[in-house]
Amino acid sequence: MSSRRRRCKRQLIKFTQHIARLITGTLNSDNEDEEQESTTVRYHPENLEHLQSQTHFSRQELQLLYRGFKNDCPSGVVNEDTFKNIYALFFPLGDSAKYAQFLFNAFDKDKNGSLSFEELVCDLSVLLRGTTEEKLNWAFDLYDINKDGQITKEEMLDILKSIYDLMGKSIHPRFKEEAVRQHVRMFFQKMDINQDGVITIDEFIDCCQKDENIMQSLKIFDNAV
Amino acid sequence: MAAGVAAWLPFARAAAIGWMPVANLPMPVAPTNKNKHQDELIILNVSGRRFQTWRNTLDRYPDTLLGSSEKEFFFNEETREYFFDRDPDLFRSILNFYRTGKLHYPRYECISAYDEELAFFGIIPEIISDCCYEEYKDRKRENIERLMDDLEDNKDSKLPNMTFRETMWRAFENPHTSTMALVFYYVTGFFIAISVITNVVETVPCGSMPNQRDIPCGERYTEAFFCMDTACVMIFTVEYLMRLFAAPSRYRFMRSVMSIIDVVAILPYYIGLVMTNNEDVSGAFVTLRVFRVFRIFKFSRHSQGLRILGYTLKSCASELGFLLFSLTMAIIIFATVMFYAEKGSSSSKFTSIPASFWYTIVTMTTLGYGDMVPKTIAGKIFGSICSLSGVLVIALPVPVIVSNFSRIYHQNQRADKRRAQKVQKARLARMRISKSGSSNAFVHSKRNGLNQSLELTLPYYKMKLSPQGSLEEDQQLKKTTSLLESQHHHLLHCLEKTTNHEFVDERLYEQGYLQTALQNFPSQSPSLSSEEGITGTCCSRRTKKNMQPLSATHTHTHNLQELSALHIQCGEQQPLNTSRSSLNLMSDESGSLNCKSSGLVTTAIISIPTPPSNNSRASPDAPPPPNPDAPPLPNPGTDVVKISAL
Repeated sequence: MSSRRRRCKRQLIKFTQHIARLITGTLNSDNEDEEQESTTVRYHPENLEHLQSQTHFSRQELQLLYRGFKNDCPSGVVNEDTFKNIYALFFPLGDSAKYAQFLFNAFDKDKNGSLSFEELVCDLSVLLRGTTEEKLNWAFDLYDINKDGQITKEEMLDILKSIYDLMGKSIHPRFKEEAVRQHVRMFFQKMDINQDGVITIDEFIDCCQKDENIMQSLKIFDNAV
Repeated sequence: MAAGVAAWLPFARAAAIGWMPVANLPMPVAPTNKNKHQDELIILNVSGRRFQTWRNTLDRYPDTLLGSSEKEFFFNEETREYFFDRDPDLFRSILNFYRTGKLHYPRYECISAYDEELAFFGIIPEIISDCCYEEYKDRKRENIERLMDDLEDNKDSKLPNMTFRETMWRAFENPHTSTMALVFYYVTGFFIAISVITNVVETVPCGSMPNQRDIPCGERYTEAFFCMDTACVMIFTVEYLMRLFAAPSRYRFMRSVMSIIDVVAILPYYIGLVMTNNEDVSGAFVTLRVFRVFRIFKFSRHSQGLRILGYTLKSCASELGFLLFSLTMAIIIFATVMFYAEKGSSSSKFTSIPASFWYTIVTMTTLGYGDMVPKTIAGKIFGSICSLSGVLVIALPVPVIVSNFSRIYHQNQRADKRRAQKVQKARLARMRISKSGSSNAFVHSKRNGLNQSLELTLPYYKMKLSPQGSLEEDQQLKKTTSLLESQHHHLLHCLEKTTNHEFVDERLYEQGYLQTALQNFPSQSPSLSSEEGITGTCCSRRTKKNMQPLSATHTHTHNLQELSALHIQCGEQQPLNTSRSSLNLMSDESGSLNCKSSGLVTTAIISIPTPPSNNSRASPDAPPPPNPDAPPLPNPGTDVVKISAL
């Protein structure tokens, strides 16, 4: 009861203050400035030797990557919106928001909503210079949206739909639904060995290692950067 | 290739690893980075001032001079630097464009010098970022208008061999071109003045007769005024008819404002001539004489200021409309309030709300005649609020109108605000075109057969099947696309392989569907091994259609490189004969969509109409092709679906 009364009094005081300000004609911009906090974040990456030891990149390669990164993100971190915008530039014909979101979650290991340079570079070194097992682990992590160690049909459907969305208008929406379902069916047929409706990490890695095509295609980006 | 994000391409490519496990097809080979030199600093010497930057920075925009191999022309061997004989100050903003991705326009620079620099370095002005774009456009418009004004001043030199009609029209429009025209100009002006003065003097009471009250001059000297009026109207009629004869486009002349004013000025006289007999209608006819006062508007041909005033009012129509609207609102509110406030008092003049309108208008415009005043206290309070708010409401749009007038007066024929919208639209359209040029570059290069040559598993696509002419073309094209661009295209190609569909030009997407979806939807089953095997797929429709082998299809695609249409053929009877001839027709009706089921080349949109389905094209719900370039010429014989990749 007393809290309510206190709240009433507080509101009354605010109201009278407001009327007084109206009558005397003070500018009310000062108030708002105090409330705003500075939201700029300054972030420095680890030093070069540390990164060199953590990743498979050479010194020059790290320099190159960082220069490009810093140019586009002067604050040192990438948040989800920036990441989506950048990714959208690569796929102008399609809608890359969903897939960019999945990617962001896969890159963002500590789940703090922003990607630092170290996170990006570590993942990059895994994807471009790592062993196939590491790559497959990363891919599994990407597909497993809720990170529970299993890929369900719904998760796969989401992922595939977002990949197909990248194609944009080149695929008619009506056909896309069907194509995605078909693709998911085939994928599960191939990967789900014990046919229990979910794919675990071991099933995934086993099946992929058996498939020549996948093994070969995992290696094509090895000379990027 | 999206400019400015070259640094992120490695991340995007790495992320493509995520597609690999779900893809069922083998991926194309990645383009190799042939010159693996480390990133180096290059020196740009612009008229003595040295700028240094990374080579990568310049490579971000490969369609400009600095980003492409065109800069090699400026390479100085002895000093190992690139020398440009241009303005170093302007070069600063151009180099900053490469560094930051934003092109700024420095306000102190001359607009034409800036334009020239941009043109030299191959940068389109539409990329100027929003912070500087308005300024740039304004300056450019001013410049163009100034140039046009200079041009107009030189227009007065008499051209030989002008017809009599043209001479007359020029004489009417520019009176100072010949003495005759000047004489005519002054004579008409004089008669307009005379006519207006007689209209005014007609109503003055002149001289009272001892037995009658004052009568206006018009009734006293009827014949004199009638003669004057006749003379003026004759001059005006002759002038109007001469202008009508001389006008280059009579219809347009008749629709113009000045000619309407001319007609309105002389018509009452003629109507009066016709109607003098009938006494009943003469009352109505008298009001027609009011229109004689419109003769004064004929002065606007003689006075520049009057024209500008009219133009200002026209261009400030929105402000005037706002003024009117807000005044109306306020009038209604205050009239209602005053009426109810004064309802109680006796002998109140506020008999109804419309009667209060008069009070409100007089008060809000601060006239205050005093014929209606509130008597109650409430009425007086509301009356004072009314007058205060009237001052505010009227004061708001007036400065805008005034500034408009002064602007137009000084510039004399400035484009109005509406043109800004069009420019913005045109600008966005141009940017979209240049962007879609880059986004369609992938489809473009597919047409050139570049990506096919990178197939992993089907080496027989390679150049040996294509004729010699296109071989060199292919190699040339391979050289000119930068490494970044080829890497980007490789990425998009991997995506195609993953999803088992192909990218097509957006414009033709709409055309294809409406016709086709009707027919072939039930039989969709995306066959996955489209490019791997000619045989070995389990699609029943394909066997029915008697498809041609895949290699021939791609051969043919290679053959047709030089044309600007992408041909995808799947399964038809006589493709090779008809296709060449039908190429010229460029008909872009894309027929039915049954290639999806056949999935020979692509499981995507385009497919071939089989002959029995020709009548589908005549179906009433087939949309007309939106592409304006393509002539709407259905070619029943062709089984080739053409997709314009431009």
